[in-house]
Amino acid sequence: MSEIPEHLLKRAQAAREKAESSQEPTDNASPTKETNSQTTVAVADESPIQEIDEKAEEILERISKGLGQKLISSHIAPNRGLWIRVSSDDWRETAQFLRDQLDCRFFDWLSVIDWMPSPYGRELETEQDVDSQAERIEDQPIEWGYTGGKTRFQLITRVYSISLGIGVMVKADLDDHNPRALSLIPVYPGANWHEREAREMFGVTFDEHPDLRNIYLPGDFEGHPLRKDYPLLSRRIKPWPGIVDVEAMPGEEK
Amino acid sequence: MSMTSESDQLAYIASQAADARVNVEVETDEGMTLNLGPQHPATHGTLRIIAKLDGEKVVAAEPIMGYMHRGYEKLTEVRTYPQVTTLVNRIDWLGSFANEVPFILAAEQLMEVEAPPRAQWIRTILFELSRIANVCLFLGDMAVQIGATTPVFYAFRDREFVLNQIERVTGGRFHPNFDRIGGLKDDLPKGWIEETRGALNRMTDFCDEMEELVLGNEIFQARTRGIGTIPSDVALAYGLSGANLRASGIDWDIRRDANVGLVYDQVDWKVWTHPDGDSFARFWVRLQETREACNIIDQLLGTIPSGPIMAKVPRIIKVPPGEAYVATENPLGEMGFYVVSKGDLTPFRVKIRSASFSNMSIAPWVLKDVFVPDIISILASLYFILGDIDR
Repeated sequence: MSEIPEHLLKRAQAAREKAESSQEPTDNASPTKETNSQTTVAVADESPIQEIDEKAEEILERISKGLGQKLISSHIAPNRGLWIRVSSDDWRETAQFLRDQLDCRFFDWLSVIDWMPSPYGRELETEQDVDSQAERIEDQPIEWGYTGGKTRFQLITRVYSISLGIGVMVKADLDDHNPRALSLIPVYPGANWHEREAREMFGVTFDEHPDLRNIYLPGDFEGHPLRKDYPLLSRRIKPWPGIVDVEAMPGEEK
Repeated sequence: MSMTSESDQLAYIASQAADARVNVEVETDEGMTLNLGPQHPATHGTLRIIAKLDGEKVVAAEPIMGYMHRGYEKLTEVRTYPQVTTLVNRIDWLGSFANEVPFILAAEQLMEVEAPPRAQWIRTILFELSRIANVCLFLGDMAVQIGATTPVFYAFRDREFVLNQIERVTGGRFHPNFDRIGGLKDDLPKGWIEETRGALNRMTDFCDEMEELVLGNEIFQARTRGIGTIPSDVALAYGLSGANLRASGIDWDIRRDANVGLVYDQVDWKVWTHPDGDSFARFWVRLQETREACNIIDQLLGTIPSGPIMAKVPRIIKVPPGEAYVATENPLGEMGFYVVSKGDLTPFRVKIRSASFSNMSIAPWVLKDVFVPDIISILASLYFILGDIDR
């Protein structure tokens, strides 16, 4: 790459124009041929037509056949993933089903999402927090993500089937005041630490877990830090990170 | 401080007392308790292991973490998307660039942006370079845990060449912060490709050197063969990923089987597995993977397409509402970001799936019934970075 020959510059220009034109919502989903590398690179499909992810549809059909009424809702983002939602009572059974019937033997991760909008809020335009001393902003309605929801806390886990080559994201609504579910340890021993983390960060109890101690925080830590109503103290005393305190230079007006 | 129960109080006092005496052995009627760490050279940071012994045998071992917990999942909620890459850089500090990629890819998925081909190529090259920089240290470190001091000097010496190449592109040796939503910050500097080929030659030589120096060594074999064996079923159920999983005979690599946004499908390469599942297998697989990474980079260097390095993205990045999970095959294993967006400047929730957390969660299982010196070699072969466990 010592000297860039002219024909390469021309090609770069052509590629740039092509990339710009592909930004517009046209139906040219055809792959671009990069003659330089003799390889084919797929360009982002910008077409508004919904693609269909056949593999995920097929797996979802198998899941809904197996789970029947237990499957509350589902969502497929084409080539991005498969989400299903079950009741927290069926939490362990669902995992058992996925492991035994769909060969999802790889336990990926488990966590919780707190869907409550942060009561401390933020004014995005000014990039400043709402004054911490002021009243909390009034309760906004909760908006859930894929598969919808009913309660503030949602348990989410991802298991993966290596033979089928697909991961399934399982969500379950938890009770607002007493969030609890059965531990997944009998199905996936690896859930142990993930559940300990979810317990200390969100206050979700996992029944039949042998050892629900804190994993990161000191034993006497109070509160559940990843809940939305747990204030991030450093953010209460310092403004938005990224705003630089600019001091006026000598001789400059303030 | 309120203590909810007496057992909590006792646990608290015990933990305070244990903190006060580091590496002290306590003998009781039931056996001996050996406290390894938090400051122990075998732990790459501050991991503490409390091992209950019966003679030389470990009855139960429990890792204690949290000494480095920085709360990244909470911090991401008060930072804009471009600011988050600076944070996630510091999760696995030996292969920093590789940390940025899955987060950027998840944000790109939600924004429905795709980086131009040239950016994808350079991303993949830098990704593999950070794999070499990371695993190279493991190859030297694993040997030093077993008592061979020379390999670690070789590793540090040759790793410099890779770090120099990363620095020449990104300006940072350890924390590049180079990946952007929609592409990369800069293009490659002049003459970089040729220099990288030189560095790759050094690394291939280094791999040969390590193979001769370590693999055939009788002491190394005696300390690692058949030690810390993890069967494939257990490895899957505990969520082991990366080389640890492939060393248990599972032929699964995200780069090949669930690739998102990187150009591994343009390269002719091989996934290495080992059927044994012991410490030796984990070392062997990583050694082969370092060589394979050199091969991947070498092929990619010859086929970098021309063109822009940034797609069109708005100046102020607002990510449309949605959820996305993107995982990549990082040097330590599967690293993924589950990003929930509500259409704001900041993510609503980010769940970080880091490889070392799951890889370490098998420690109580695998350290049961081993001998005390094997704790060190097993931990070294599982290979973790504390920042990747604690996040």
